[in-house]
Amino acid sequence: MTNDHHIRTRLRDKIVGIAGCGGLGSNCAVALARVGVGRLVIADFDKVEVSNLNRQYFFADQVGMPKVTALRTNIHRIDKDIMVDSHELILNPDNIPEVFNDCDVIVEAFDSAEMKLMIVETVTEKMPGKPLVCGVGLAGWGENNDIGMKVFDNVYICGDHLREVSPDFPPIAPRVGIVANMEANQVLEILLGKMNDGNNTQ
Amino acid sequence: MEITLNNRKETIPDGDITVADLIRFKNFTFRLLVTKVNGRLVKKEARDQVYIREGDDVTVLHLISGG
Repeated sequence: MTNDHHIRTRLRDKIVGIAGCGGLGSNCAVALARVGVGRLVIADFDKVEVSNLNRQYFFADQVGMPKVTALRTNIHRIDKDIMVDSHELILNPDNIPEVFNDCDVIVEAFDSAEMKLMIVETVTEKMPGKPLVCGVGLAGWGENNDIGMKVFDNVYICGDHLREVSPDFPPIAPRVGIVANMEANQVLEILLGKMNDGNNTQ
Repeated sequence: MEITLNNRKETIPDGDITVADLIRFKNFTFRLLVTKVNGRLVKKEARDQVYIREGDDVTVLHLISGG
């Protein structure tokens, strides 16, 4: 059995929640789909816009569609067997515990800092111990070596931790994609354990 | 007194120090912060009422926009 097959087998019964389906969420969900996570719970209230196509995993012919619908379609074009629970709604402290209750890990993938704060506080208060992987600091371009991961209890924060989106430093594909894939990579480490702990060759 | 702040040992002045005092003392300037003491969430409005004790494990996270 190849290790790739073994990893897919271990991920088949895992459930990952994706809070927001924009630049972070759409790219993170696709990475998790490609590696074989069995069930994804995706949530977003928004529709695909032309301005999203600079970084989000959608296509020009999907403009106007609800993001959760377009993302589910794109995930199923990669692997039709992945279960996708899509929730077209605005996430809030009341519905987050309900929507993501079954998830092994939740990925924070909002754009606004206020929403990021909201989900960190909600998970800390209402879902103690549930792993939450966040993206913080992804604006602009370059500066690869500034991007990293910090962990605080059950909260894992990926990004450069510093650069806020602004007119001068917009969110664009490469850096958003790096942080989104770093979030997916952290999800795998939570689900599979660290590589150097012997978890890669069972 | 000695506390743990964001996974690191820190010595802060003795006395009655609240979470809000600590934020000022450590010069955390980001607008949006999540604060926890010993794993328990301390919301913004409670930061000037929650005191930090010797040995406490304090977390101060900042959030910025982008996604």
